[in-house]
Amino acid sequence: MPEAAVNAITKPVMREVDPSYLFNEAKREKVFITGSEAVKEALRRANVSIAISYPITPQSESMHLVGDLYAEGCLEEYFRGENEFAVMSAVAGASMGGVRVFTATGGPGTLRAFEAFPTWSGGRLPIVCAFMTRGINSPLTIQPDTIEMSFMLDTGMLMFHAENSQDVYDMILKAFAVTEQVDVHIPAGVYIDGFFVTHTRGNINIITEDVKLNAYDPYSAPVPVMDMENVPVRQMRDPFVMKSNFISYDAHAAWQLEISAAAERARKYIKKYFGGLIEVENPDAEIMIMTSGTAVSQSRDAIVRAKEEGINVGLVKIKSIRPFPTEEIRQIAKKAKWIIVPEFNKVGWMAKEIKSIITDNDKVIGAPRVFGGMTMPPEIILAEIRRCVE
Amino acid sequence: MTANVKEYRVVAGPEGYLAPSAAVMGVVLPEKGEALIEGAIVPEEEAINKIAEKLLAANNPVFFPGPSILWAWKDGVLEKAAALKRLADAVGAKMIPMPDYRPKYPMINPATEINPNHPNLTIWHNKIDACIFVGVHCHYANMALKIVRAGTSCYTIALCGEVGHEDAMISLRDVKATTIDRITEAVKKLKGGA
Repeated sequence: MPEAAVNAITKPVMREVDPSYLFNEAKREKVFITGSEAVKEALRRANVSIAISYPITPQSESMHLVGDLYAEGCLEEYFRGENEFAVMSAVAGASMGGVRVFTATGGPGTLRAFEAFPTWSGGRLPIVCAFMTRGINSPLTIQPDTIEMSFMLDTGMLMFHAENSQDVYDMILKAFAVTEQVDVHIPAGVYIDGFFVTHTRGNINIITEDVKLNAYDPYSAPVPVMDMENVPVRQMRDPFVMKSNFISYDAHAAWQLEISAAAERARKYIKKYFGGLIEVENPDAEIMIMTSGTAVSQSRDAIVRAKEEGINVGLVKIKSIRPFPTEEIRQIAKKAKWIIVPEFNKVGWMAKEIKSIITDNDKVIGAPRVFGGMTMPPEIILAEIRRCVE
Repeated sequence: MTANVKEYRVVAGPEGYLAPSAAVMGVVLPEKGEALIEGAIVPEEEAINKIAEKLLAANNPVFFPGPSILWAWKDGVLEKAAALKRLADAVGAKMIPMPDYRPKYPMINPATEINPNHPNLTIWHNKIDACIFVGVHCHYANMALKIVRAGTSCYTIALCGEVGHEDAMISLRDVKATTIDRITEAVKKLKGGA
């Protein structure tokens, strides 16, 4: 866009409101949009200063659309980085500088940028990043797969998994509200199943354009903002691990423990803004399906069909992967005879997570699993349900 | 975590090789009007009185003011700093600043400075048995409080302007100049009664 045209843009007038008002009281309207468009509409109301992009399928469209927001005057800065690692490093710098930032990637892009993610957590940077998941195996695939989430589990970031475009919209906005709490202040990833959600259209309720999230206050952060124009200029977060002595090791260990503590503190804010780390339907059923993302939608179909056959099946939709809803799942698992965990990846990371927190974990059925871009027909979930009652 | 997590208490150390995060051990931060004493939620007033008691019982209480009170980035900081001086005078406590968070090599001068990466050095060197963290950014305060709890027997108190610190033995939240003045009053009252 020519410079003169950019300069001529008038920033839209939107009233800043607190998160509770934005999520619970602001007017909403129904629109028929894709998951990628839901990202754009969330960002429009997120009061973000800087968004930085780098293309990768199936994410490219979302950050392209976020770029349109810059043209509309909703962002102060928007540019394309040299690659994913450069993008993740640039958003880190912007966040250290005290502004609200957003980016997105997916699949191989996630792995190319991987070193940045624990660095974000260690830097206490409240960055929100959308991950449009896809396969990352060789031979090359661009198709849906949630394998990258297994790699992200121990980066220190918060992880939320969207079932549909409505979740995409709400989770991105709510992720800012959670991450920016002074006692949390670690980055959050919103995971969106590539193509199944990003490229499909649905009815979602979005907040009207007259309001946006209130501004981020970097002076109520748990670390000093890197403000190069105000004293003391060099309030750096220098590495302290360059010495081989106990003091350095001890400081590093205490630092890492504090990142874990921050994730733990996020629970109460996830409960407040997301309504809980999980959603449960029919919690007393002997057969429970526990899963996340679009596997939840496929499970809903399977549960309806099971009911037609006289089989009672409950559902746990896991919205927060990090922190993991340990106590919530333990409580529900106590009553269940079987726990079916359908997943869109080969390794079954969700089944492993659930097995690791309950004692009688031989009742966890890590199936069905599809990957490499395969769809998950409800019939294969139904087949697992039928096996439980045979 | 295990079933005994809820019984975890944040008490004076030395706790051991590596003290855990109190938050991960099940200690939760107080809501407005509340405070923490050794991991338990209590009314703010109770914690204020306990702080006064601990400060007066100490042989060498020292305050550690951090950048958020050494630099007037926010409204109300000057008033808070003045209130802190009044409290120090009432207690008879020294002040050793935490001017910034950078690691300094080969090491800081523990007689005049404290650093979040090795706060135990300053506590050991000065034989500090009770301390107050105030104006220290929350991340660095939590980190330092864990290291202090792991390696020293110092009783830690955090006067937090934000939402508090599980890793301190006593923690107030939303601390303003008026809150500090209430501690000063409690100190004077205790001294007067002695």
